[in-house]
Amino acid sequence: MARVMLGGTLKSLAGNTPVLEVDAKTIREVLDRVGEVYPSLLPILDRVAVAVDGQIYRNQWFAAVKPDSEVFILPPMAGG
Amino acid sequence: MPLEGDIAQRKTTFKQIGTRPIRPDGVDKVTGRARFGADASAPGMLIGKVLRSPHAHARIRKINTAKAEALAGVKAVVTRDDFKDRNDALRDVLVNCMARDKALYDGHAVAAVAATTAAIADKALKLIVVDYEVLPHVTDVDEAMKPGAPILDKTMFTNNVEPKPTKPSNVASRCEFALGDIKAGFAKADVVVERSFKTEATHQGYIEPHACLANLGPDGQGEIWVCTQGHYMIRNTCADLLGLDISKLRVTASEIGGGFGGKTTVFIEPVALALSRKSGRPVKMVMTRNEVFRATGPTSSTSMRIKVGTTRDGRITAAEADLRYQGGAFPGSPVELGAMTAFACYDLENVKAVGYDVITNRPKQAAYRAPGAPMAAFAVESVIDELAKKIRMDPVDFRLKNAAKQGTKSAYGPTFGPIGLIQTLEAIKAHPNYRAPLGPNQGRGLASGFWFNFAGQTCTTLNVNLDGTVALAVGTPDIGGSRASMCLMAAEELGIGYEQVRTIVADTSSLGYNDVTDGSRVTFASGLATIMAAREVIKKMCARAAKTWGISADAVTWEDGQAKPAGSNAGNFKPMSFKEIAAASHSTGGPLAGHHEINADGAGVSFATHLCDVEVDPETGYTRVLRYTIAQDAGKAIHPSYVEGQFQGGAAQGIGWALNEEYIYGKDGRLQNAGFLDYRIPVASDCPMIDTIIVEVANPKHPYGVRGVGETSIVPPMGAIANAVSAAIGVRMLELPMSPPRIVHALDSRLKKAAD
Amino acid sequence: MSGHHVTTTINGDSVEFVCEPQESLLDVLRNHLGLTGAKEGCGTGDCGACSIELDGRLVCSCLVLGAEAEGRKIRTIEGMAKGDKLHPLQKKFLEHAALQCGICTPGFLVAARALLERTPNPTETQVRYWLAGNLCRCTGYDKIVRAVLATAVEMKQEKRHAA
Ligand code: FES
Ligand code: FES
Repeated sequence: MARVMLGGTLKSLAGNTPVLEVDAKTIREVLDRVGEVYPSLLPILDRVAVAVDGQIYRNQWFAAVKPDSEVFILPPMAGG
Repeated sequence: MPLEGDIAQRKTTFKQIGTRPIRPDGVDKVTGRARFGADASAPGMLIGKVLRSPHAHARIRKINTAKAEALAGVKAVVTRDDFKDRNDALRDVLVNCMARDKALYDGHAVAAVAATTAAIADKALKLIVVDYEVLPHVTDVDEAMKPGAPILDKTMFTNNVEPKPTKPSNVASRCEFALGDIKAGFAKADVVVERSFKTEATHQGYIEPHACLANLGPDGQGEIWVCTQGHYMIRNTCADLLGLDISKLRVTASEIGGGFGGKTTVFIEPVALALSRKSGRPVKMVMTRNEVFRATGPTSSTSMRIKVGTTRDGRITAAEADLRYQGGAFPGSPVELGAMTAFACYDLENVKAVGYDVITNRPKQAAYRAPGAPMAAFAVESVIDELAKKIRMDPVDFRLKNAAKQGTKSAYGPTFGPIGLIQTLEAIKAHPNYRAPLGPNQGRGLASGFWFNFAGQTCTTLNVNLDGTVALAVGTPDIGGSRASMCLMAAEELGIGYEQVRTIVADTSSLGYNDVTDGSRVTFASGLATIMAAREVIKKMCARAAKTWGISADAVTWEDGQAKPAGSNAGNFKPMSFKEIAAASHSTGGPLAGHHEINADGAGVSFATHLCDVEVDPETGYTRVLRYTIAQDAGKAIHPSYVEGQFQGGAAQGIGWALNEEYIYGKDGRLQNAGFLDYRIPVASDCPMIDTIIVEVANPKHPYGVRGVGETSIVPPMGAIANAVSAAIGVRMLELPMSPPRIVHALDSRLKKAAD
Repeated sequence: MSGHHVTTTINGDSVEFVCEPQESLLDVLRNHLGLTGAKEGCGTGDCGACSIELDGRLVCSCLVLGAEAEGRKIRTIEGMAKGDKLHPLQKKFLEHAALQCGICTPGFLVAARALLERTPNPTETQVRYWLAGNLCRCTGYDKIVRAVLATAVEMKQEKRHAA
């Protein structure tokens, strides 16, 4: 089970949740699970950044998540 | 993913990468031939101009355009009534382009005209009558958060706070990033420093004002020529705002005269298209510098509190930040990025950063190089400097002792891969400038900084010509020499000469979608796509050679720019060069082309450390920068000159931000210094030579190891300069800019304190 | 609207145009004559992107009226290269990567040429103060200053060779 943590605004949106354990092979599956558990996050889940084992992904549904992965869901990010 | 496998084909020795050839667009740019946003014109073209609110906050009761429309030479007038109301993600973008029920800041667009000449357009603006009901305003972030402050948006209730607020406020949302237990952490500290800081808003200050030439016919087909960091963004946003099919709008990116994040959104483009549609003529719009300052996106102004504790032997036990950023009249300040990056340079067990996104009667902030990070870094690095002094530890050693490294769990969550912060610190420590003697009134300061770097959606096509040259089409506007880097990467991969590659920035109808040039992504992402497209061409070339020789495709390899039989078993054939295969292509299967599309990730975080010496004149408070040294991790420098240029440019912008640049608002809520005379950016005589050290810790997610470089360079300067100035005058400077009056004031209060 | 009829010399060519009394020379160059090498960064004399030479004097063309060009000699960036031969400053700017976006470059080149024609051997400080009227937001000036200094050295050597 991958360990999923929420960062920043998302954490408070979801009511300051602790770590979530999910069974998922891809980022898309992680996001689906998270959406099921925290419907309050649904409106922004398609814009979030996701860090899998330290690597930040933006809009990458199919990036692989391993059973022992550490996943951070981070607020939408943009640069200059 | 196949990508992973291909990237695993890492290159570490190079023939051309790392050399410094002349950029392909260079001659056009030194002869005045290069065409920027305002350099285009079209037959029958009209000139478009915008009427802007003179009030910081006002209800717009009525707009009467009758007299303007009646003026000879005026062909179209547009107001809020020409754009459909909307309630989605583009609502704020639209409201910012054209005010609706209220003018929210001095300079907010209220109406626009298109006329046969600029003079007539100006005259028409004066004939538009706007009935305003002036409302109370607020422009300071702390004032805007106070109970009783004028409320900009009565429907805004702060998000993410418990319990849910019952009253509207100017605080759009709160965010928090935390790790460990800061209470316990501070309990373990021997020394704690807690300070409050303020920074003023600064503008990206690109020398080229926004400009576009739009043409939209009654059939809904249109074109727009525009200086932008993202022509696909312009296309998609404008098509949506004007109700057009995306395919009907073709956007060409002109040469772009600087952006730094400020050209990642729309301002005049939808207005120009609306005017063109209404008038049936092409419309050119060029902002004045006054408009650029008043109505495009500066960065946030901020108010911050930082608290950090350390043991006597220099181990940080806890760190805490409260960040308040105002982002102008709309939610969306980069405070969350500030909170994530504030402590990213440090390996901390107990950390907490809280951010508040605040709205005020100022223009909507836009991205500015590493948005959100520089302000927080200024505050944090100031406190780190003070702590180092308190425990009598060398500031480099103090940072080294706490520096983030591979395996550090970053303060914003994820664990770092290979990173180069320590190398930048060591490089600075070893630099002679770290030991140069200092005279009276001189001070030395240093600071580190971090930025994520992003990659994103990218699409690139590489066409091989019959003569063995290559046409490379990328979709990311070239903002600082990226075409040279693209040519280098294509040439390196294909084993042909740099001059054999010509890179162009394709228009939106010629190439698939590309994200805006932001997040320091171009050399990484367009470079990655270029390398992949080149590898596709090589594969096809090997197949052509195989067919020519009558052997199987996998019996052919590619080496030094030629196809060769893989071994003696494959047969004995004379290798075929890139040029030979290209020349025969018409008979071996037709044109040869490579293409790659990708949503790239892994641009690789990057760190920098800046070192600065200043001299402060105690009489006038004027600060001169004496020496400036930068060490930054670039992963792999493709064209070192342009990497150095990014470092140096970021430092110079930082010098301006630290010492002079600020948005000054009057009591009336109007911007007082909307011009380069009063908003003073550094000139050549304000800067010393800027020494650079390129650190290269390869990014494992790029075939050559490239990391983004454009943004990190603006993160450390304000901290480094503030530490230097504070050392020079013996007073801790807590506000930016450290303009002469502020320094004189700080010196006076020190004298007063000493006298008391 | 009564236009002014103006006869002037631009980069050695005699040119005639009609402009409105309030039009700047920069507007005339860019909008009437198609000489878009000079750029408008501010329109108020603060950025130097519009630098040209008027009778041998370095000026901001946004602060000169079109009508004032009557009978004068104007040099713009478009006349800097001789045919296909770049001016040494243009070459050095390229070699030193003294431009990133390039919007400020025409102004810097025109201003730097004016400097080197007056002061063939400038110090770094002289270069920095002479060019203080030209804003560049991209480069931090380091490579621009180096390019100008390197040009001075090269032009001196060329002169010696020619002599
Ligand atoms: S446009 Fe003339 S000085 Fe700026
Ligand atoms: S190179 Fe961009 S302003 Fe100078």
